[in-house]
Amino acid sequence: MSEYKFIGKPINRIDEKDKVTGAAKYVDDINFGPNLLYAEIVESPYAHAKILSIDTSEAEKVPGVVKVVTGKDFPYKFGLYMKDRYIFAQDRVRFIGEQVAAVIARDPKTAKKAAKLVKVEYEPLPAVFDPLEAIKEDAPIIHPELASYPHVPWYYPHGGTNIAHWRKVRKGDVEKGFAEADFILEDTYRIPRYAHCCMETHIAVGFVDYNGRLTIWASSQSPHTQRHLIAEALRPLGFTEQNIREIVPYVGGGFGGKAGVTMEIIAAALATTVKGHPVKVRWRRDQEFYNTYMRQQVITKLKVGVKKDGRITALERTDYWDAGPYVEYGANVVNAATLSATGPYNIPNIKMDGLCIYTNFPAAGPYRGFGYSEIMFSIESHMTRIAKALGMSPREFRKINGIKEGDPLAYGAPMNENGLIECIDKVADAIKLEEKEESKDPKKAIGKGIAALWKAPAMPPNVTCSAFLKFNEDGSINILLSGMEIGQGLLTVMAQIAAEILSVPPEKIRVELPDTDRNPYHWQTVASHSTWLLGNAVKRAALDAREKIFDVVHRALNYEKDHLYLEDEKVKCTTDPDFELPLKDFVINGIMMEDGTYRGQAIVGSGSIMVEFASALQDPETSQGGHPNVHYTVGAGGVVLEIDKETGRVHILKLAEAIDVGKALNPETLKGQLIGGAVQGIATALYEDMRIDENGKILNPNFTDYKIPTSLDIPDEFIPIFVEVPQHDGPFGARGMAEHVMIPVAPAIANAVEDAVGVRVKAMPITAEKIALALLHGKKEVDDFFMAPTKKKEA
Amino acid sequence: MGQSSYRRIKMEKKTITFILNGEKRTIEVEPNDILLEVLRTKLGITAPKYGCGRGDCGTCTVLLDGKSVRSCLILAVEVDGHEITTLEGLSKDKLTPLQESFIEHNSFQCGFCAPGMIMTATELLKKNPHPTEEEVKEAISGNLCRCTGYVSIIEAILDASKKY
Repeated sequence: MSEYKFIGKPINRIDEKDKVTGAAKYVDDINFGPNLLYAEIVESPYAHAKILSIDTSEAEKVPGVVKVVTGKDFPYKFGLYMKDRYIFAQDRVRFIGEQVAAVIARDPKTAKKAAKLVKVEYEPLPAVFDPLEAIKEDAPIIHPELASYPHVPWYYPHGGTNIAHWRKVRKGDVEKGFAEADFILEDTYRIPRYAHCCMETHIAVGFVDYNGRLTIWASSQSPHTQRHLIAEALRPLGFTEQNIREIVPYVGGGFGGKAGVTMEIIAAALATTVKGHPVKVRWRRDQEFYNTYMRQQVITKLKVGVKKDGRITALERTDYWDAGPYVEYGANVVNAATLSATGPYNIPNIKMDGLCIYTNFPAAGPYRGFGYSEIMFSIESHMTRIAKALGMSPREFRKINGIKEGDPLAYGAPMNENGLIECIDKVADAIKLEEKEESKDPKKAIGKGIAALWKAPAMPPNVTCSAFLKFNEDGSINILLSGMEIGQGLLTVMAQIAAEILSVPPEKIRVELPDTDRNPYHWQTVASHSTWLLGNAVKRAALDAREKIFDVVHRALNYEKDHLYLEDEKVKCTTDPDFELPLKDFVINGIMMEDGTYRGQAIVGSGSIMVEFASALQDPETSQGGHPNVHYTVGAGGVVLEIDKETGRVHILKLAEAIDVGKALNPETLKGQLIGGAVQGIATALYEDMRIDENGKILNPNFTDYKIPTSLDIPDEFIPIFVEVPQHDGPFGARGMAEHVMIPVAPAIANAVEDAVGVRVKAMPITAEKIALALLHGKKEVDDFFMAPTKKKEA
Repeated sequence: MGQSSYRRIKMEKKTITFILNGEKRTIEVEPNDILLEVLRTKLGITAPKYGCGRGDCGTCTVLLDGKSVRSCLILAVEVDGHEITTLEGLSKDKLTPLQESFIEHNSFQCGFCAPGMIMTATELLKKNPHPTEEEVKEAISGNLCRCTGYVSIIEAILDASKKY
């Protein structure tokens, strides 16, 4: 098929009318009736302490309080890849804000007042926040029982330490590689924590009916995974997947923060204590910062050796990831990022260590980019610095080392088909990388920078998803699936895929939001894998329905199935140009025969797919063997920026990104994603600056002081570019790009800042303050790391 | 903390009457009830959303006598005798040209900021039917959006302004 009717077309989002009219319902918009109860959480004021006692008696006396729940009511662990957290703290708390107890009351005001009356006695313990401190021998141990925690086979926890997982990658001989090098650059980079800042805070409502069945409504990326993890945790109370149902309406942003399970399990657990009453837990904005997931803090020590001709001979790096006190999901960020921490380059000698370290900051986990934004900041800063040292263009240096199809990855498997070099060239051309520009204002300087990117979906090797499709009397279609619309445009693209196969326009296709009782299984909407994997499942469902359509027409009208095709919502025949049968005439009611009987069936289709070629079985000492990643999406980003040399303020004049999406299924929604993700990348580079005090308390968990970009903070011009090197196993050749667009932005900005004013910022964020101070004091390098608190004083 | 700090302050409930999306509504509220929560839990108006509870994000934006306000920062008793318009009140018969333009530009992704953003933009075009790009950016700068990078929203408002 050369020409598509709906694929590759700028189809309008099918959910947009719901969203501009207020018809779109999010969890908090659902009416749960007069029996609804509200929960308020009692939180730890200490980053690390023993819980000596909890007295709930005063809280229980407050009129309107229905129940007060503490950790002793739910002594159950949970977690996605490692079971290291509890529904409520048990004998100790490990971060400020951790849930210790909950008050369930008839109204939120009463719950809030009563929660203040729960008396908790603590014995403070020494806390540790700096990951480098946490791995010292005398560091306080945050999980003394680490060695006993159940975990997936590709995690390597070091019991008796704060190292929750240590991923090692070894290839070739790094010592030999460095010996061959003409030039070696070694440096340290620091990336602080960041918050997702979905506009909708986390919310979950749990309800156990009088028959004991649990229903959860949640703002979630992961209805099936949440159902499963909650069933696992609540098994001792008799819950199984069969008697748990999760319903997810529209979701007000995810960015990874609503994957796995965090606070949803609290609502589920509380509901089990008040049968017949729905219980709502809605996070305030400050709770959203400290009690879901954050992005991890990373300290990277990176050493790269090169020949004069620009070939990289060796790479050695150690990344120290501060993952907070619960790493059940976050350790997989470390795992995935370390396996790919070379960046998209073919390097013969590699030694990489990724340490996932427990600290007493809030828990960190998945965030758009899944560790790749962090590893690529150091790599791409290094690449430009080395290119300059060699007197080469940053473009040429990247192209010399850029990974090509079939080249060996750090863990041995071959690289997939990709358009990396094309992306680098297109971005460098778009910003005229090699042409120096002068600002008209003598107080300002203009700089340019580029960065490459890659990212693979991080998933277990047996990830699966599925879709149902059904026709209605008017020839319209409902598709049932459990991929989440979190803003990325999933519903529209899935409709386009079915539309292309069945010749039914996307506006006649509804894609239903998940209800685990009715919509078929999908692991989670994460990893930018849904276009690729769920797209294949929807394609299979549509092909299944088409087969049934042709079968009905064949049985009723004797046309050979091989001669039938669909066009404009009609069945047509290659051998009979006069024949056309509208789908709506028979997809429900069938086709009447001469004798008055009918041939037909209500047309439905199902499609399902599992990744059957991935494997996480790798040598723990080298990571060789196995096939942990299904494929990579590659690309590049570039910026032209202007810096006020007096204030250090950065203004981005132009931002270009080129992503190899395989096939641009919908160029308009892709463009929207690219721009939005790029601005989120700018946010981490220039604006968002989380401050934490020496006791581990976040000082700015709000939008007044944690500055996410407004409409006044965006670049003057965006240049979105889509490269299309088809993914052989993608639907219509497509692969994912949702997270990727964020990744190159921060290092491209760092490179452009140095180009403009000669200051290399090695510790994000690259604030105006840092640039201005560096210029004032004549510093060429900035590694100040404002977020790292000073060590807690002895009590 | 402790028992002495807890006192159930008896608060006199107050009856308020105001125009909500063109209809006269009378309800009883407590003096410290927040307008956003009263709209959402007592009046079935769910388009204005809770995003921050302190006036930073703009997802709860409604029009009070035609002027955009943060409903999370307004007490319900303050709107007694006034007029409130929410997104639900904009398109009872048909979509406004602004709403049509947002659809055409695929302006919203997760959609959570849309109800507030649309009210702010509606106010802007009423006061200034032909704004410049800078004026649009300035007007919506108090409505945060994490998904779109604002470009598709700005373009839709500018495009809609050509129809006024």
